[in-house]
Amino acid sequence: MGTIGATLIRAGRRFLSSLPALFGVLVFTFLLMRVLPGDPAVFFASGPSAGKEEIEVVRKQLGLDRSLPEQLGIYLYDVGRGNLGRSMMTGQPVAKDLQQRLPASLELTLTALVIALIAAVPLGVLAALRPNSLIDHGVRLFCSLGVCVPTFVSGLLLIYVFYYLLGLAPDPTGRIDVFASVPPARTGFLMVDFLLAGDVEGWWAAARQLTLPAFTMALFVIAPLARITRASMLVSLGSDFVRTARSIGLSRWQIVVTYALRNAILPVITIAGIVFSTMLGANVLVEKVFSWPGVASYALDALLVSDYAPVQGFVLLMASIFVAVNLLVDVLYGIADPRATAA
Amino acid sequence: MMSPLLEIDNLGVTFSTRRGLVEALRGVSLSLQPGEMLGLVGESGSGKSVTGFAVTGLLDKAGRITAGRVKFRGQDITRASGAELRNLHGANMAMIFQNPRAALNPIRTVGAQIADAVLSHRRLSKQEARAEALELLRAVQIRDPDRRLDAYPHELSGGMCQRVMIAIAISCNPSLLIADEPTTGLDVTTQKVVMDLLARIVADRGMATILITHDLGLAAHYCRRVVVMEQGRLVEEGAPQTLFRAPQHAYTKRLVASSPTATSRVGDLVPAEEALPVVEVNERSTPAPGAPPLLDVQHVVKRFDDGTAAVADFSMTMAAGESVGLVGESGSGKSTTARMICRLIDPSAGDILFDGYSIAKLPARDFHRSPLRKEIQIVFQDPHESLNPRFTAFDCIAHPLLRLTGLRHGDALRSRVEECADRVGLPRELLSRFPHQLSGGQKARIGIARAIACRPRLLVLDEPTAALDVSVQAVVLQLLDRLRREDNLAFLFVSHDLNVVRMMCSRTIVLRAGGIVEQGESLALFANPQTDYTRELVEAIPHIGSPASLLPA
Repeated sequence: MGTIGATLIRAGRRFLSSLPALFGVLVFTFLLMRVLPGDPAVFFASGPSAGKEEIEVVRKQLGLDRSLPEQLGIYLYDVGRGNLGRSMMTGQPVAKDLQQRLPASLELTLTALVIALIAAVPLGVLAALRPNSLIDHGVRLFCSLGVCVPTFVSGLLLIYVFYYLLGLAPDPTGRIDVFASVPPARTGFLMVDFLLAGDVEGWWAAARQLTLPAFTMALFVIAPLARITRASMLVSLGSDFVRTARSIGLSRWQIVVTYALRNAILPVITIAGIVFSTMLGANVLVEKVFSWPGVASYALDALLVSDYAPVQGFVLLMASIFVAVNLLVDVLYGIADPRATAA
Repeated sequence: MMSPLLEIDNLGVTFSTRRGLVEALRGVSLSLQPGEMLGLVGESGSGKSVTGFAVTGLLDKAGRITAGRVKFRGQDITRASGAELRNLHGANMAMIFQNPRAALNPIRTVGAQIADAVLSHRRLSKQEARAEALELLRAVQIRDPDRRLDAYPHELSGGMCQRVMIAIAISCNPSLLIADEPTTGLDVTTQKVVMDLLARIVADRGMATILITHDLGLAAHYCRRVVVMEQGRLVEEGAPQTLFRAPQHAYTKRLVASSPTATSRVGDLVPAEEALPVVEVNERSTPAPGAPPLLDVQHVVKRFDDGTAAVADFSMTMAAGESVGLVGESGSGKSTTARMICRLIDPSAGDILFDGYSIAKLPARDFHRSPLRKEIQIVFQDPHESLNPRFTAFDCIAHPLLRLTGLRHGDALRSRVEECADRVGLPRELLSRFPHQLSGGQKARIGIARAIACRPRLLVLDEPTAALDVSVQAVVLQLLDRLRREDNLAFLFVSHDLNVVRMMCSRTIVLRAGGIVEQGESLALFANPQTDYTRELVEAIPHIGSPASLLPA
């Protein structure tokens, strides 16, 4: 158990060292939002015809009349108390908005990542087993296409084929049919909540809604995962210990999976962590195409109307998730590679 | 006469490389009796390892058997299918590799790896396989076998890893064992223990063994019959005594001559027609009494962050033009000491005086600005790794001149670099080449030319010939010795090869676990060691002339 203990200690240390970075993100986003053009007071004053005085009143209400350091101080104080501010757009506290929307994003991103991994790892292994063969070139072509085609194009394409032409997929409007009953939100993850409620039909409907956007996202990230799997698998297969495994007559499966792949998977874990964090923030295009009520589209909408608080909250959330994912990768790495804890 | 276990008949192997086809083996024929230990010696590129891999069917994808046959127990296995090979591997033939740590799966416990080998050919339960693995660890004399069963390779020393590798190789009692440089990279004392163990195990179990090695002494010590290979061909074969005492083939003669022994001198290593012309050098007059020594190391200590001392209280002095050897096993602190003296790392305590000036207080990070930087230069261990791959030979040699002597690009620099190249015997037309276009010996010469370019007074040599073949080593050693005498250079020579140190250095310091065990005149020290540790080191060196009758019959 010493290994796991050491891994946890290491993860804790990493967490502490990431706190300054989180603080930096906080301050930086705050300043960035203030530098960007656009005046929220003008936007949220009751209408386009609002007079100067009216705007001034809103400005005062928002605290925008104070000096920048003062605003920053107030902001930091509020964040420290867990108050991310109120969204002008939805009229709700930002924390509540994010809490409602984050599970939708996480559900989509996690599903996409799982699909991508299930596809990418075997593809990478196959390509590495026969480098420069037809399979290898096929995988390369597939990966290049996945990366070249923007997600909004591939998303629309999938909708066109599976919804419009074949009618297999439900209409791409959000997580669930507007008229369907929603299970009590326990985790926020619809797939889990439906199961907890014992509603198999609802679960199936939600799964169908999830399929197209998840595949759209997965297509985009299969490429980096498959390429890194192939590269590290090639290194593994050419290594001395695989030669040893061959020299003692182990079965092909054991050589490829137990010896080569288990070693080759280590860099894939790292890349998967990075890919996940990127996907979560960058999947705004997918969320828009499929009307998915996620955090990224929420932040984009807020940004377009100069609604400071949601954007700042979103960036802070993303940074925290990034830290959390890195911690998770660290822990996984420590379990997968006994050398990591020794070093 | 028994029928041979292994017969290799006119075997040819070709590798397809980027520069076209390369013939690695050209018509090799060999036979091996059951239970026999055969030595296969030669330098890099001679095809000795390729022979081993061709026999076991483990050639790279680029390698192909183009001619000849390999018969194992009378059965042709030259083009055996994957399934046939899998049955042969482990159960009938097994290999032990160079660099044991890399040869083991880094993320699997050694017990599991041995059990894998056991399970691949026998129907046993997991518990039985584990018990068998424990038994094998006992057979290879690993201390605390119960605990080691769950250890990972990185938790074991190199010698321990090689024992585990031996345990894996013998797990299914193969009748043929191929050991490819099994002890290269291990300390001499570890080498002796591992080789003795291996020899006893194969003798006990009646396994035939092919010992592939570049070390003639090792082959002579453990084998009854030795085969010499050169450029993919067998050139000579015989009992080691006759073969190495009275070599017939020109290549064997050269190989034997360039292998340092307990009595050889630098001048003897290279055949007369290739030797450098002897330069008469007037021995410099001894420095005036009272003048400070060139180098005075006073109670230097190096502690690491976790508090362990790599070097504990090391002191020495060196006069100008003197050569001092620093020997010891890995972990003895010899490299750390050398790096502190050439100011690449900072000592934790103690002082280093060069020419009477203290240089220990100046941080290693800033030492490159010191005027003394050009007085102390270094020749690194690995000539391949220590040259910038994007620098031409000219750039490599010119770099220190530009940085340290204030020379600017131009004719003066060019003539200075060419002079250095001439002095180390590097043809001028090679100066425009990049390291990957040069041989190991040529790269070693660039490393030396770079080190002497600024005309230093102290040269620290960290295993300068460890990565070179013996014939190249011979030439390089001779070159170094001549440069030292011409320039009145002082050498601090770090090496694990006692025979080399004995030839190159007038004085030797033996280190162990960061402390000095013994020091004195090289010849006297090696001829008559005062401590058990030094004696152990000296006795562990396998000699060409040693009798082969040490093995139980």
